[in-house]
Amino acid sequence: MSWSTTLNHPLGLLDADSFPFLAMLGSDDSDIFINGLLGSFAAALVVISVMVVVALLTRYRAWRTLWFDWLTSADHKKIGIMYVVLALVMLVRAIAEAVLMRAQGAVGLDGGFLSSDHFAQLFSTHGTIMIFFMAMPFLTGLINYVVPLQIGARDVAFPILNSISLWLTVAGAALVMTSLVVGVFSTGGWFGYPPYTGTLYNPGVGVDYWIWSLTLASLGSTLTGINIAVTIYKKRAPGMKLYYMPLFTWTALCTAIMMIFAMPPLTVVTLQLALDRYLDFHFFTNGLGGNQMNFLNMFWLFGHPEVYILILPAFGVYSEIFSTFSGKVLFGYKSLVWATMSIAFLSFLVWLHHFFTMGQSGHINAVFGIASMLIGIPTGVKIYDWMWTMLRGRVRFSVPMIYSLAFIFLFVIGGITGIMLANPILDYQVHNTVFLVAHFHNMAVPGVLFGMLAGYTFWFPKAFGFRLDERWGRISAYCWIFGWMGAFFPLYILGLMGLPRRSVAYEQASYVPLEIVAFVGALLVAAALMALVIQLWVSIKHREENRVFVGDPWDGRSLEWATSAPPPEYNFPVVPSINDRDAFTAAKEFGVGYQEPDTYVNIEIPQNSAMGPVFGGTSFLLAFGLVWQIWWLVILTGLVTIGTLVVRGFQRDTLKIIPAETVCRAHRHWIQAARSAQPIKRSQEHTAANKGRAALETVEVST
Amino acid sequence: MPKSIMSVSVLQMHGCGSQQAVTLSVQCVALVLLSGCNSTEHLSFLNPQGPIATAQSEHFWLVVAILFILIALPVFIGTVWIAWRYRYGATKSKYVPRWKIFKPLEYFSWGIPITIVIFLSILVWEDTERFDPYRPLTSSTPATHVQVIGYDWKWLFVYPEQGIASVGMLAFPAGQPLTMELTSATVMQSFFIPALGSQIYAMGGMVTQLNLQADRPGRFLGENTMYSGDGFHQQKFAAVAMTQADFDAWVQQVRATGIPFDATALNAIAMQGTKAQLRTVLAPAAPAFDSNIYFTGAKANFFTDLVMSVMDDKPLPSTALAPAITKGQ
Amino acid sequence: MISELFKRVEFYLDARQNKEIFIYPGLNLGAEHSNVHTQAEATVFGFWVFLMSDAIIFGMAFATYATLLQGTAGSPGPRELYHLGPIFIETLLLLTSSFTFGMASIAMKYKHPTSHLVGWLLVTLVLGVIFLGMELDDFRTMFAAGGLPTQSGFLSGFFGLVPLHGLHVTAGCIWLVCMLGQIAVHGLDSETKLGLLRLALFWHFLDIVWIFIFSVVYLGGLA
Repeated sequence: MSWSTTLNHPLGLLDADSFPFLAMLGSDDSDIFINGLLGSFAAALVVISVMVVVALLTRYRAWRTLWFDWLTSADHKKIGIMYVVLALVMLVRAIAEAVLMRAQGAVGLDGGFLSSDHFAQLFSTHGTIMIFFMAMPFLTGLINYVVPLQIGARDVAFPILNSISLWLTVAGAALVMTSLVVGVFSTGGWFGYPPYTGTLYNPGVGVDYWIWSLTLASLGSTLTGINIAVTIYKKRAPGMKLYYMPLFTWTALCTAIMMIFAMPPLTVVTLQLALDRYLDFHFFTNGLGGNQMNFLNMFWLFGHPEVYILILPAFGVYSEIFSTFSGKVLFGYKSLVWATMSIAFLSFLVWLHHFFTMGQSGHINAVFGIASMLIGIPTGVKIYDWMWTMLRGRVRFSVPMIYSLAFIFLFVIGGITGIMLANPILDYQVHNTVFLVAHFHNMAVPGVLFGMLAGYTFWFPKAFGFRLDERWGRISAYCWIFGWMGAFFPLYILGLMGLPRRSVAYEQASYVPLEIVAFVGALLVAAALMALVIQLWVSIKHREENRVFVGDPWDGRSLEWATSAPPPEYNFPVVPSINDRDAFTAAKEFGVGYQEPDTYVNIEIPQNSAMGPVFGGTSFLLAFGLVWQIWWLVILTGLVTIGTLVVRGFQRDTLKIIPAETVCRAHRHWIQAARSAQPIKRSQEHTAANKGRAALETVEVST
Repeated sequence: MPKSIMSVSVLQMHGCGSQQAVTLSVQCVALVLLSGCNSTEHLSFLNPQGPIATAQSEHFWLVVAILFILIALPVFIGTVWIAWRYRYGATKSKYVPRWKIFKPLEYFSWGIPITIVIFLSILVWEDTERFDPYRPLTSSTPATHVQVIGYDWKWLFVYPEQGIASVGMLAFPAGQPLTMELTSATVMQSFFIPALGSQIYAMGGMVTQLNLQADRPGRFLGENTMYSGDGFHQQKFAAVAMTQADFDAWVQQVRATGIPFDATALNAIAMQGTKAQLRTVLAPAAPAFDSNIYFTGAKANFFTDLVMSVMDDKPLPSTALAPAITKGQ
Repeated sequence: MISELFKRVEFYLDARQNKEIFIYPGLNLGAEHSNVHTQAEATVFGFWVFLMSDAIIFGMAFATYATLLQGTAGSPGPRELYHLGPIFIETLLLLTSSFTFGMASIAMKYKHPTSHLVGWLLVTLVLGVIFLGMELDDFRTMFAAGGLPTQSGFLSGFFGLVPLHGLHVTAGCIWLVCMLGQIAVHGLDSETKLGLLRLALFWHFLDIVWIFIFSVVYLGGLA
């Protein structure tokens, strides 16, 4: 749709037909009606949820708290929590879509209840959300929360930029949610290859929704990457050498560096596609000198590092968990660090394996295939080193450890199928089939999501001051594990039976039994999600008996455990000097885990700023204006965005001071609590006795 | 259907029971599932019907065997053993909380994956070159030449040497090479006959190549695997390998009953729609002998002219098609 | 392992006796250090990292241009559309502006009167604006000669790259005006200085990008 046609319309392309609900009512086709009903139900859920939240906030007069304590906060911990909340909300939607798709699969022999177009929107939003608005915010949230604490910093290097990154991501997610209510979403999948996503084949607003939500997400992630990398390089506590950093911080560093280099290609490629669509450029058209292979190359130049952007922080979480829940120092620390860095480096050299079947020469394919298999080496090293970490330890099978052990088993299987896909000769066979779908879900769910959920369970008491319910956590974990296996092992086999991915229906009766198994697995995954919600509810209800104010419920090893739970706004009363790896464990073993500094000083921390929410609002409206070609809105919000930046440049005194007395009072209160708390043994860590003080058990036992 | 699969799989499992290797029983279960119960069409490369698919199938089982025996099994057993032996509360095992490095174990951790990857790399380097889709298959008999054009949502097969074309059926003689050139008249697609071998993209304004062969006569599932819109899941075709005599007869039959491959026919093909929809447009009372659509008078220069017209974004020259006069006949 | 613990205890006791190095194993809570200096360092370092990321964006635009160079599809190509004369003058303008910004940085570093600094910044701004004007005129000439981005892949690649640089220069000019405003309002406080320092990096970075555009796009296109 050319831009010039919409110049004279104040609402651009927007009219009554843009609302699927109204379009459904106007149609007498039963097929459109069923799909419209499903869509309207989802849209209604979005609208009702927003209204309920607004009503609750008003009822409990929480607007002020929300605005001043959360939305405008520059505190990395609150921003981290908001990222995770966003991730969990988006997870609910994307899982619901997944269940719907598997339900369609189960009845998809020559038909089913979903229309092609609806199914295509489902897999497109599912992929887009899971990657950009679930996994990315989840890991960004964990990194945001944990890394400054692990390196003994007061905050990230650029707290306001941090808030802006969050809000850009929120704006992108809001755009995807809006597409449920107004208009449609892309049908081109999460990677949206042209020319299918060009105006010639997809003239509607769907692809534009996809383009602008990705653009917002990619900008947010680039800024996040810069922020985290600079934080880790420049904000480490005195004495903390790079080799003293906890593994999670190392993986965060590698992820951040990859974000800095890998996000720009995505930004470029989505903007070029936008130029093709809005201004009739010929970057990716079939004819007139366009080159669709450029899109594939640049997209995967982002897309492959993205895979490791997602998995590395999960590796970091597993490293922390294997060490903590084995009561033992991490085995092969330097190997793990170098393996992480090798993976980050190699991930930029393998993008071509996403299109072995494009017709380039066999030797080029072989080189990229071998490069891809090389990644298996450092990944294998990691698996072994985690095993050796448990060796000669004392392994506790708590929820995070259940996820981690399941991860080892399932990830090895995913790694093996990955090596198969890296063999061009096999990729010629299983590319674009559901075998591939099973493979990357193998990496994305037992790899990434299990790590995120393990991290969520692990650090939740630190963030909120009380432990999550162990029983419901286990139920959820086992449902995730077996649900995943049920949902995706059949897809491996279906892929080997030639079922192309993204098929709404199929003609082979032999697919049916496996499709039904996969649907049952998907239901189990939905149950896992439900259990997660119940766990949160139960835990909040019983929060008083599960308080761990002293802050060290799991006998933690790194600095984040050396402060109260939840930590004060400034993290540490005095920034500690570090002279060891696993600094907190060393201090505890030496009996100086809870010490008082000689002096207290005033602490400067950044003031709240409305920059983030304003940026989120304007960028959302800007993108919405672009999707619907409401040009006055685009210009207005563009000017407001620039104006906000300019005004911010003129601001001074953006810090606030927390007086030394306040710090002193808070710290003494905590020290008092820590000294009076009963140190508990690991066998009691899931009981009410656990107030966050760990008894010293890391003493050698020989038999 | 499910019932029959179950009973066959039990039989097969029993048959394999005497063999010791774990992979083999895995193979049996998988094979049974893969070969399915659809006797008319071969679905999977694990029940290979041609030399490429055979090589892929062998490569597949080799990689599976290596990785499962050398990587997965030891890790699975080791993890269970370690996690149990060193569980919290264990009394029979040593607890060494500061045990952080042991050089031989480190060499092992790096050495095993490096060795396996080196071995697999050699395998990949050789096999990728040998089974490159562009590489013509060696054979004493000449190759059958087919030009494949992807449309929304059907494949058009042009036989330049025979002067015929088809939608929905790719017929070719078994036991001799099949050489294909591919392009797309629309969005990017991926042409795939799993039981015979590799898939390859078909892209507008560009030409890719694919060489396959069927060992013996049979019907194989053919499809597009790259999502291309509403009718994508119906973009299937039957790849049918025949004896030379049957193939010649088929060509004669197409020549006798086909619709002229002219501008009207091409316009109908180019419209978005499935094969079934195309049939209702082009041949409502089709005299054809099956559900496919056949054309006569396909020109040898059609494919190249089409590629050029997509590349230059210009209409197809009239010389690419059969003259419109034939329409009335 | 136990001996390691003993060693630590000994080390600790020694340290206490000497009262010079007083270090616990793990973490120590000593005196708090001022972090003003480290924040400035982080800010500038962060901007370098941002420029690195921005360089990738230009790298992608360059790569796209290079792959689309042959895709003229019958419409005007480099030889018909590029005129080296004005491009050469634009190059000189931008290089000079980088020099004048350098002079501004020197004026700031050696604490020359603020008027010198403002003067050099104004000269830089004027050069930047003239550059932008000339570039727009180039595009107008190209449009008149049939060189519209809708014509071909090659022209899309060109208009995806060169105006991207122009947009950056525009942003730089707006930023420059803001910095002049900040000098007027706040004087040369540390935040203004940090801003100028980053703007200088940005400006020189755009100069380098332009040198690539000049050599790869224009000289390369006419070679």
